[in-house]
Amino acid sequence: MLGPGVAWYIAVAAFLFGIGALGVLIRRNTLVVLLSLELMLNAGNLALIAFSRHFHNGAGQIFALAVMAIAASEVCVGLGLVVALNRKQLSLDVDKLSELRG
Amino acid sequence: MNALVVATSAGNVLVWIVWVVAGFSCLAAGVAVISFSNPFMSALALIGNLASLAVMYLLLSAEFVAAAQVLVYAGAVVVMFLFVIGYVGPRHETPWSGGPGWQSVAAVGAAAALLVEIVVAIGLEAGGSLSHSGEVGAAFGSPAWIGRVFLVDHLLAFEITSIVLLVAAVGGVILGTHVRRQQGEEVPS
Repeated sequence: MLGPGVAWYIAVAAFLFGIGALGVLIRRNTLVVLLSLELMLNAGNLALIAFSRHFHNGAGQIFALAVMAIAASEVCVGLGLVVALNRKQLSLDVDKLSELRG
Repeated sequence: MNALVVATSAGNVLVWIVWVVAGFSCLAAGVAVISFSNPFMSALALIGNLASLAVMYLLLSAEFVAAAQVLVYAGAVVVMFLFVIGYVGPRHETPWSGGPGWQSVAAVGAAAALLVEIVVAIGLEAGGSLSHSGEVGAAFGSPAWIGRVFLVDHLLAFEITSIVLLVAAVGGVILGTHVRRQQGEEVPS
């Protein structure tokens, strides 16, 4: 395998996951929280593909494609929620959205 | 023989350079996503993150996943984000703003703990075995190979994925119409 070993890719994935987790924790805008979730999902994808390459096993790439479909579903429902909140003129601040009752 | 060694090491250096550029732009774009105060800029930074991740997928000989990444994420997910951000209007919010200071400290601590946990777990479990991976065949990661693995070995996962996407689409429609009904408007049939 040319270039860096798989461990370097895993390191990038770990840092990207940490950045995404930090974004979920410190940001208060619902949209940016969703974007940070995408970062975390992508870090998981990178680790899956790196391990798939390391073990010469295609299941990792299949799992990565399934994660992409899950991410698309999550964005669909999450952005639907954001639009519904915006229509009811509720705040998009996750700290103020503290109860589930509509 | 000598020429082959020289060519291999030149290719090695080239792959290292591409990896360093892609890795650092990936992490820099990730930091940009969480630090812009304007969500529109965050969504644009996510495109850079996705593109550099696609380059890393190519280096890991996952060509089809790299193409799907660009098409699905940059083409569909980010565009949907940009539409919704445009719909709800500009809402600026600086990071580190709301909440008491100890919450920010605790957030950084929790994220750092996650990172350390991942690094330690993988480092202890894998040790040095991850540094050397063998060569794979040219077919590894190609669309034909992915299609065979997906539709022969993992057919159930494929079908369940389609059901999840259908449920998400139905959920999006329900979330959209529920509000309209509550405001007493007529739901268009």
